[in-house]
Amino acid sequence: MNFIHLSEQLNVYLMIGALLFAIGIFGFLKHRTLVGMLISGELILAGASLNFMAFGHFRAADPITGQAFTLFIIGIAAAEAAIALSIMIAVYRNYRSIETRDLKEMEG
Amino acid sequence: MTFTPDTFYALIAAVLFAGFVAVTLLGAIVAVAARSLVRNVTGLALSFLGLAGLYYFLHSPFLALMQILIYVGAICVTIMFAMMLAELHEETRSWFMTILTGVGSFVAACAFAIPLILLVRRSSWMPAPAAQVNIGSIEDLGRALLTRYGFAFELISVVLLLAILGALAVARSGRKPNS
Repeated sequence: MNFIHLSEQLNVYLMIGALLFAIGIFGFLKHRTLVGMLISGELILAGASLNFMAFGHFRAADPITGQAFTLFIIGIAAAEAAIALSIMIAVYRNYRSIETRDLKEMEG
Repeated sequence: MTFTPDTFYALIAAVLFAGFVAVTLLGAIVAVAARSLVRNVTGLALSFLGLAGLYYFLHSPFLALMQILIYVGAICVTIMFAMMLAELHEETRSWFMTILTGVGSFVAACAFAIPLILLVRRSSWMPAPAAQVNIGSIEDLGRALLTRYGFAFELISVVLLLAILGALAVARSGRKPNS
């Protein structure tokens, strides 16, 4: 296991994925605005997709599996970001703020 | 180690790989740790660029291009656009609360990261398959998407359509004509 062959090892990719996931969790808890939480959520999804890609490349008989799954994750993440941002704009219009602390009243 | 063109290329590839890993992780740290939201989004874009490089090292150039096109080109730009539209910015807090939340979040993140990394180091995965059925090229990916994953592919397109309509409906409601 030397520096040259670092890019050909499954564990390296899995650790990068775990670190991305943990950084995403950190940001999700630290930020208090909806945009910050959305950004952290994207990082968590990125860590998960890197894991799928790594397993698909190194351990699957059919390397397409990981790629197709990651492509679907990208599609879902795009839909999620569009919905979340439109909700943010609607919330901002009503409350003039996107701090999660201020969004505590409900109607109904 | 003898110095031949092959080892030279391998060295360049290894340096590139280390650079992509560094860009991914540093970008992710900027994306969560910077104080202003614009810097957060820029860090996110940087992190996704590095991730695209890692996908390239995993022999899937199509996914690398899609990562740049969709994440950097669409999602980050949309987040930036929404931020400018709604003048979103983080409220400043007292330094005590900032440090308290930072430390608490760091401890929680370590509680996730350390077991995961230990799990990766300790576990022995199943052996690599003797032969792969294809080389994972764009052609194979396209064929798989339209045959084996055809149903999921169509469902994703329905989800995206509904997301567009939903985003339009949610962002339009409550908008006053002259304000």
